[in-house]
Amino acid sequence: MKIKSQFALFVVLMIVWFLINNSFQIEIVIIGAVLSFIISLIFGRRTDVLNEFKFTPAAFFYTLVYLLVFFVELIKSNIDVALRVIKPSLPINPGIVKTKTVLKSKMARMILTNSITLTPGTLTVDIDDDILYIHWIDVESDDIDVATEKIVKKFEKILVKIYG
Amino acid sequence: MENSVIEIIGAVLVLLGAIFLFLGALGLVRMPDVYNRIQAGTKASTLGTFLSLIGLLLIIPAWWGKLILLVIFILITNPVSSHVLARASYCIKVPMFKKTVVDKYKEDVVKLFKKDENND
Amino acid sequence: MVNTILTIAVVIMMLALMLTLYRFIKGPTASDRLISFDVMTVSSLSLIALIAKFSERIIYLDVALVYGLLSFLGVIIVARYFEKGI
Repeated sequence: MKIKSQFALFVVLMIVWFLINNSFQIEIVIIGAVLSFIISLIFGRRTDVLNEFKFTPAAFFYTLVYLLVFFVELIKSNIDVALRVIKPSLPINPGIVKTKTVLKSKMARMILTNSITLTPGTLTVDIDDDILYIHWIDVESDDIDVATEKIVKKFEKILVKIYG
Repeated sequence: MENSVIEIIGAVLVLLGAIFLFLGALGLVRMPDVYNRIQAGTKASTLGTFLSLIGLLLIIPAWWGKLILLVIFILITNPVSSHVLARASYCIKVPMFKKTVVDKYKEDVVKLFKKDENND
Repeated sequence: MVNTILTIAVVIMMLALMLTLYRFIKGPTASDRLISFDVMTVSSLSLIALIAKFSERIIYLDVALVYGLLSFLGVIIVARYFEKGI
């Protein structure tokens, strides 16, 4: 288990190294490999989240769908919040609501909460097992089920297909 | 000098990104309390930086490695820092806007912080 | 053409930096200052990338990367200090 997460960290570090250097000369590859090996040896046991990446074709396809949905949401809600900022009357209606998630894996929860935080209008304040506390700039309902339907479901229904 | 169409599209994307950065800064000035400032400020600036880096990528394709690394870096670190900021502000009891309609976090916050201390 | 549009973009980014600076100085609480610091560094990151384009030196992108890394670290550390002290 430890070996597996160390290897995953090693691969991620090597990808970052090649993106920075943008060359495949033999000295650069060797230096990168040695550095990544040492770092992944030390920090490998802390990164077991990386084990949960999946490389099946279905996961790949749904990741693409997820990115598409995410960027559409990102731009739509950014324009929404920008319009609120420009209006002189400042139409906001803020509050912190509770929502629920059905996701179990750490990686899926991390992606879900980061996506919720990145779309303007919603901000994850805290997480307690399967309860998410979300600061919402325009509260439409403080009921837990309605809020879950409005905020979480649009990302969750795709993540369920990838991480189950 | 004649510019290609792709370069002009890239420049327009950079301009859009700059406009989003400006709107984010405007939101930072206009919003009434800390949490709404986080909403308006950090998210709009994320999209602004994202768009301007993508536009730069279209103008100079040879720099793709570092630009893509910067984009991924921004997309990973920015939500984390705004979440941590919101939690820390709640922890030191920064007051919320007086028109806040609902605060479901208040009833559980003591239990949650106690649990967190036990984990450390 | 491209250079003109990019110059306009730089001017708009400078205006944005001034607005965040206003919030940084006025502030009322420490959290407000920390948020405006965060927004300021993210905006200057894209400004540094544009400077790299104007002077055509890829090394400035490294500067932007390290700058973003340090600002992220700074925000996390100060927020943690708010929460539980050093």
